[in-house]
Amino acid sequence: MFRLNLFLLLLIVLCALAVVTSQHRGRKLFQALEAEQEKVRQLDVEYGQLQIEMSTWATHPRVEKIARERLRMVVPAPQAVVPVNLQEAR
Amino acid sequence: MVVRRRPQRGHRYTESPILQLALQGWRSRMVGLLLMAAFLALLMRAFYLQVINNDFLQEKGDSRYLRDIEISASRGKVTDRHGDMLAVSTPMRSIWAIPADARTMSGEQKRLLAELVELKPRELDARLASEKTFVFVKRQVPPQTAEQIAALKLPGIHQEKEYRRYYPAGDMTAHLVGFTGVDDKGLEGVELAFQQSLLGRPGARTVIRDRRGNIIEDVGATRPPRDGNDVTLAIDSKIQYLAYSHLKATVTEHNAKGGGIVVLDTRTGEILALANWPTYNPNNRAKLSGEQLRNRAVTDTFEPGSTLKPFTVALGLEKGKYRYDSMIDCAPGRITIGRAVISDAHPHGQLSVAEVIQKSSNVGTTKIALSMPAESMWAMFDDLGFGKAPQLGFPGEVGGRLRPWKNWRPIEQATMSYGHGISVSLIQLARAYTVFARDGDLVPASLLRVDQPVVHGTPVFSAQTAREMRAMLEMVVGPGGTAPKAAVPGYRVGGKTGTAHKLEGGAYANKYIASFVGIAPISNPRLVVAVMIDEPGGNQYYGGQIAGPVFAGVMGGALRTLGIAPDAPLQVAAVNDGKGRM
Repeated sequence: MFRLNLFLLLLIVLCALAVVTSQHRGRKLFQALEAEQEKVRQLDVEYGQLQIEMSTWATHPRVEKIARERLRMVVPAPQAVVPVNLQEAR
Repeated sequence: MVVRRRPQRGHRYTESPILQLALQGWRSRMVGLLLMAAFLALLMRAFYLQVINNDFLQEKGDSRYLRDIEISASRGKVTDRHGDMLAVSTPMRSIWAIPADARTMSGEQKRLLAELVELKPRELDARLASEKTFVFVKRQVPPQTAEQIAALKLPGIHQEKEYRRYYPAGDMTAHLVGFTGVDDKGLEGVELAFQQSLLGRPGARTVIRDRRGNIIEDVGATRPPRDGNDVTLAIDSKIQYLAYSHLKATVTEHNAKGGGIVVLDTRTGEILALANWPTYNPNNRAKLSGEQLRNRAVTDTFEPGSTLKPFTVALGLEKGKYRYDSMIDCAPGRITIGRAVISDAHPHGQLSVAEVIQKSSNVGTTKIALSMPAESMWAMFDDLGFGKAPQLGFPGEVGGRLRPWKNWRPIEQATMSYGHGISVSLIQLARAYTVFARDGDLVPASLLRVDQPVVHGTPVFSAQTAREMRAMLEMVVGPGGTAPKAAVPGYRVGGKTGTAHKLEGGAYANKYIASFVGIAPISNPRLVVAVMIDEPGGNQYYGGQIAGPVFAGVMGGALRTLGIAPDAPLQVAAVNDGKGRM
């Protein structure tokens, strides 16, 4: 009877230590998760800012200005446009 | 004697007569009772704390380490039909201070802060001199700058997360998209119309924080944040740009007071473009006037003038009163109704019904109108949606004025036939023209993208009438018509000009509204473009001269953008011509 009690006592101490350890590890992992989620948020923010930047660079007035002035592009005259009927071509 | 007594001392106590006096029994019982009462009091207190007042104490305990955190949700984006962004939110920070604490900053710290928030040191001092417990140092600070400020660990300086709304398309779509005020509240346009849908709902979570402020555990249920829904408009930003830039150029060139343009997809009723002039930059709303804010195409009505003639004539055809080639005597270019005289800008003789449209004869249209009962004209205008708000869900949309037919006098019926005495908005006018572009049925206009073509609209005219009217409208841009400048090379287009006197204080002034509404390609219509120029300043004021070229530019560009095959090509590539050329 005494031996059984001693064994159970030992078991309980071990269990208690295990609980403490896993709690600690759980919290560590939770913190890591938090850090990653924070990173996700930051990347989201950055993505949004890059999207804004992209749409700012790609505004139609800017594209037209560059096309006309820097690249010297023009809309072809209607006479120069040759429509091709794809369905007939196939 | 002293020596002898010593060993016996212990005994002598009890032998002492004083000590041997017995205490009275009630005294010991009294002490015992008091002690018991004290214990009982402690017990009761413990019971009170542990059981009765437990919640309060638990709360106090929790407040030492539990924290409620708000998880922010962003406002939905507004995009065009292809996903190009028209309005988007980006996180910013506001820097605020508790002035009493912040005044303890050193001079060096103040200088650094002032530099980061781009304030003059004097301005910063002025703000911190406040006696309030809360002042904004600077709002809408970019997150990177905010991080730098946080790293300085300044006393009394705090940060709050907030959002800023950007409108990448700027003034181009300002009237349509609108803008938000502080705290994400939509104030104009789509931002206001779809406020409920766009608005995000922040989430919340309860966590345990450790001594260093790290979150170590989630407690209880987390309420996830719900980001606002994105709104996809029917707008095509390329066509919108085309429409906007042509409108702007024309209004500026002719020194007009303003203008509007609407492009509709005839298959779905989608609004592919909607622009107004003057406009404003929604990203910088420092100096805004009501004039700039007005979305003329939707919230302003005007007397459309001759652009309404095709409807009167179509009704004449529909009722079987006239045929395409019936002749009407328009000589000598004027007609007297009661005491009023209606005249044509240029007198004509005999005109066919088609020529009445082509040459825009007021006399001819009046004769057709007066051959029909007022009630049927009213019913047609009503079917076309005049006098009723178009139900776009747009803030401030108007229905225009269509008076009940019972009060019409003959002169009124006559003027209404060519677009005076009735007022409409540009969007209503554009939408009404979809009946000619389609087989006589009217589709509802849509601000949002529609993925399925509307097969059956509300029938107004027969398919036969619509087809005949398309042929007449095509003559308007042909030789001898009122708007040769509205022709688009490579495509068959048709439309109607309008040059209306403006009503000012109940009388017609010598100011004009030049308009043009047209459809293309005539062989299989896809687009309706309606242009309105308010008070052109120069010598020119005719719809065909002013609004016609805008129509041609926008329609041509839009057809090309949408990849719609020319139905009147100037040359066609020889396909499979046997030489392997394509």
